Amino acid sequence: MKKFINNVDDFLKESLNGFGKAHSDIIKVNFEPNFISRKTKTKEGKVSLISGGGSGHEPMHGGFVGHGMLDAACPGFVFSAPTPDQMQAAAEHVDSGAGVLFIVKNYSGDIMNFQMGAEMYSGKNDSIITNDDVAVEDSTFTTGRRGVAATVLVEKIVGSLAENRGSLEECKKLGEKVNKNSGTMGVAFTSCTVPAAGKPTFDIGNDEMEFGVGIHGEPGRKREKIQPSKTIVNNMLEAILDDLKPQKNDKTLLFINGMGGTPLTELYLVYDDACEILKSKGIEITRSLVGNYCTSLEMQGASITLLKCDEEILKNWDAPVHTAAMRWGM
Amino acid sequence: MSVNFLISQAKNIQIVIDENAAEIEALDQNIGDGDHIFNVQRGLKLVVELEKDIKNLPLQKGLNMIAMKVLSGIGGSSGALFGTFFMSMAKTPDLDGNIDFNKACEMVITGINAMKERGKADVGEKTMMDVLIPVSEKLNELKSGNTDMNEGLSEIIKIAEDRMLATKDMLATKGRASFLGERAKGHIDPGARSSQLIIDTICKSLLNK
Repeated sequence: MKKFINNVDDFLKESLNGFGKAHSDIIKVNFEPNFISRKTKTKEGKVSLISGGGSGHEPMHGGFVGHGMLDAACPGFVFSAPTPDQMQAAAEHVDSGAGVLFIVKNYSGDIMNFQMGAEMYSGKNDSIITNDDVAVEDSTFTTGRRGVAATVLVEKIVGSLAENRGSLEECKKLGEKVNKNSGTMGVAFTSCTVPAAGKPTFDIGNDEMEFGVGIHGEPGRKREKIQPSKTIVNNMLEAILDDLKPQKNDKTLLFINGMGGTPLTELYLVYDDACEILKSKGIEITRSLVGNYCTSLEMQGASITLLKCDEEILKNWDAPVHTAAMRWGM
Repeated sequence: MSVNFLISQAKNIQIVIDENAAEIEALDQNIGDGDHIFNVQRGLKLVVELEKDIKNLPLQKGLNMIAMKVLSGIGGSSGALFGTFFMSMAKTPDLDGNIDFNKACEMVITGINAMKERGKADVGEKTMMDVLIPVSEKLNELKSGNTDMNEGLSEIIKIAEDRMLATKDMLATKGRASFLGERAKGHIDPGARSSQLIIDTICKSLLNK
């Protein structure tokens, strides 16, 4: 394992320390229990948005704390859900009285810990669960689909509504709409190495890719030989379009997300391929996002997220945001 | 059962889990993401380190402190589930007096029921509940019957092992492995394996005493 580490046990703490120092103008890192909050207090009447999850997906979620997005983020150990006391402390710290909306990715550990945190918090609160990953079949009898990159879009769009004094109910409704109108598919070329494990999470041949990979290096649906980008992107988009079923002339946001180890050069190439394929199907791309937003440590690979947009979604996407990882309009 | 009993069990379990860590990690890498063993190890270390703070406390208080430690120190599914286990054990009525075998069974059953509720998982879903639920059912039988304790413990050891092995051919419908579909088949569930090792260690320490 080659990583910047002093001591494996201090890995998270030292990384959070650095994050706090680098972005001291907008956020504050609180320890024991760990949570990242905005530097300023939540304005009265504004619903607070709190997300969180295992670390190793940076900039998600700490990088999305700030104006127009989250009020707090709870980082767990690498790839392990955060603990209920973190969510409770974060909620007590940020709630201005208008209530707290927890944004949770659909993974069993996150669901259970957020549920317990919500039970321990005495203030008004509600939750939305993201499950945009089309690689996994949905069913009410199973854990269902994973919550992955579209969580970034949910946090941005709902964050804007909350900033404009949307109620807890309205924020939840919009978040669910964004989630429902999103589909994501991921591909990995290499594994990632969890610092505590010291070795790659999975073995993969030099000429192989994992189609439908999750954001923890958990295996996807199939292992395939690597193909030209156009073929991979086409297969990814097909899975998404099968699920989302956009109509001709539907407006969409196309989000190419890097898994951490793939350079932007390649992500833009993927964007180009995706544009061409979507254009040939008559689907209009009205907004774009390309970069490493929901990563899996140093994994090479990318995910594609397509979001069907209506006026409400577009308006809130365009609204100003100022966080460590996303900034425009202010 | 007493706080000291719990601490000494945690120490025994820690040794066994460490001995089998590589195997559990490998199982998790096959069908999960490899964090389970670290979470279990971290939790055991935290409980063992609590010794000086809780060794003279009454059982209920000690259990609550263990629960909070586990809940806030582990993370992941294991933290929520084991934290729920200890928290619910502490809520078993009448913990002030002497805790005999029947009472101890009642506590464990209460704890496992709460885990089942929290995780919304039942037998057959390829999780640790595949081991824990049948063990809880057997404890319930032992509690109300006249079975010899040694015989009962041996039966539990057997049940835990059989049920752990049975997860190998299951499709996962809950937890991280559920995302794999058919590919989860052929691998023992890591949570089932760690739970079985914990039960095995406790039961063996009680045999012939």
